[in-house]
Amino acid sequence: MINTAFVAARKTPWEVIFPNLILLIVSLVAFAAIVYLVFLLASRVNVRVQEWLKYAVFLAPAVLLLLVGLVYPTLRTLVMSFMNADSTEFVGLDNYVWSFTIPEILIVLRNTAIWVLVVPILSTLLGLAIAYMTDRMKRPGIVKSLIFLPMAISFVGAGVIWKFVYSFQPNLDKPDIGLFSALSKAIGVNPPNWLLEAPMNTLLLILVMIWIQTGFCMVVISAAMKNVPDEVVEAAMLDGAGNWKRFLRVTIPMIRSTVIVVLTTTAIGTLKVFDIVRTMTGGLLCVLPIIAYNIRQLRRERTER
Amino acid sequence: MAINKKAKDIFASPVASAIAVIIAILWTIPTFGLLVSSIRPEQDINQSGWWTFFTNPSFTLDNYSQVLFQGSSTNPPLFQFFFNSFALTLPAVIFPITLALFAAYALAWFDFRGKDTIFFIIFGLQVVPLQLTLIPLLQLFSKGLVIGGVTLIPDLGITGTFIPIWIAHTIFGLPLAVFLLHNFLSQIPRELIEAGRVDGANWFTLFSKIVLPLSVPAIASFSIFQFLWVWNDLLVGLTFGGGVKQVAPMTVRIAEMVGSRGSGWELLTAGAFVSMIVPLIVFFALQRYFVRGLLAGSVKG
Repeated sequence: MINTAFVAARKTPWEVIFPNLILLIVSLVAFAAIVYLVFLLASRVNVRVQEWLKYAVFLAPAVLLLLVGLVYPTLRTLVMSFMNADSTEFVGLDNYVWSFTIPEILIVLRNTAIWVLVVPILSTLLGLAIAYMTDRMKRPGIVKSLIFLPMAISFVGAGVIWKFVYSFQPNLDKPDIGLFSALSKAIGVNPPNWLLEAPMNTLLLILVMIWIQTGFCMVVISAAMKNVPDEVVEAAMLDGAGNWKRFLRVTIPMIRSTVIVVLTTTAIGTLKVFDIVRTMTGGLLCVLPIIAYNIRQLRRERTER
Repeated sequence: MAINKKAKDIFASPVASAIAVIIAILWTIPTFGLLVSSIRPEQDINQSGWWTFFTNPSFTLDNYSQVLFQGSSTNPPLFQFFFNSFALTLPAVIFPITLALFAAYALAWFDFRGKDTIFFIIFGLQVVPLQLTLIPLLQLFSKGLVIGGVTLIPDLGITGTFIPIWIAHTIFGLPLAVFLLHNFLSQIPRELIEAGRVDGANWFTLFSKIVLPLSVPAIASFSIFQFLWVWNDLLVGLTFGGGVKQVAPMTVRIAEMVGSRGSGWELLTAGAFVSMIVPLIVFFALQRYFVRGLLAGSVKG
């Protein structure tokens, strides 16, 4: 009896994959069939029916999904953030007042602010510098691809890569396998435990995010730089403006709107830092972006304690 | 022309190029170290830094075969998760693009009141952080939707299958997809659409005969985007997979391997590289389209 239960619990990979594969195929075929049939039928009904049917077919699916999946949950979270723990009573701003007096949450807010300020500014500056430098290169292709490459790697993958770079060997006599530890020993400094010592660990995690985001900033800014008309640069040159002055007074103002877009996009992207922090530190509370609902949960946990 | 040439000469500074090359090398070293480590034998990885590979080379594929095909009593081998990632990504790319293309077509070419408002709201939904919607959406999948005692959506009993993850990715991908595709579709010449209408084509034939073939480049750009996003995602797979290994994508398994003390670097490096190989291939093969999609989203917007 126990034996069979044990066997049943341990399915082989193929026993798991097979039904999943069936579900995948059935879903894809069903989706294609529905779309095809709807089109087939809709194009044969009379024109007056088509006039309203076209909204039902083209517009309604996306709008309904967004209403149910994004608009409703957002509003619900918002409303519940003004309610008490059982969501039976309206308590106004109590939850917010409470959350701004809890030390854990203040730390989270501070860290979130550091991330959202430091990552966009540094990666945009770096991206701007690289875009400027590669703009003058004969074959920037490979250089740009290599810097852009981290964009294709998942945050989890990036977490593994950098955890390896930061890996720490407590036994000083053993050889280091982490690049940072080895480098710091090479210059005669005993390596610290990189990911455990605050505030250095936050900075090292921020470095990972900059590593990922710089490529994006570089690509977008570099495209904008290509759009700066040659005549403008030449005119500035004839007026005797040096390299640096030309960059500051001509190029930068002309790509200003792009730089602002890049800063904003990177800041929003930084809020998704959850994956990196979770992979590299096992999900320390300290840097998760917080939301009203999490605060309610935290409150419940604290009162239960 | 002469000035232009002179300008280029002055700008082409060897120092700047050298710095750019150095940055590119620095940017690649971490990934390169992971790749080198993944092909070294277990002993060597844990006893010496990966850079010693060049003075003392040793090569093995054992790490890969072990992490891919050898499971334990609690953890299935990685190839099962590889399949899951694949099975999650395919519909999570096809569904949102189809629905977004429909909506973008309606918003770009149908004449009705409030279409600008709808478009603006969809555009604005891009900034809603995922985390804000997670818990209500999860409850929706597990309990259905009941407002004021009226059951609008019943409990469908789909928790623990791929379906919630597909739907979640579809929903989260829609705003950007509608926005990008709308930008593209509204640039189709009006004469083309009107000529079709005059010839007696209805809105459905018009879509399949004219609009769809014309929007292939835009579809390609966004597909790559959505593909990388879904394949690399951890949060959605983790929350909507219901913690079930049968449907968890590779990212969830790798994140778990990092957390557990049992897996050493030899498995972790190989596993991470397996999870990166598909996006890297897509990235290098289709970089041009990817950049195009990126620019359409940020520069024009």
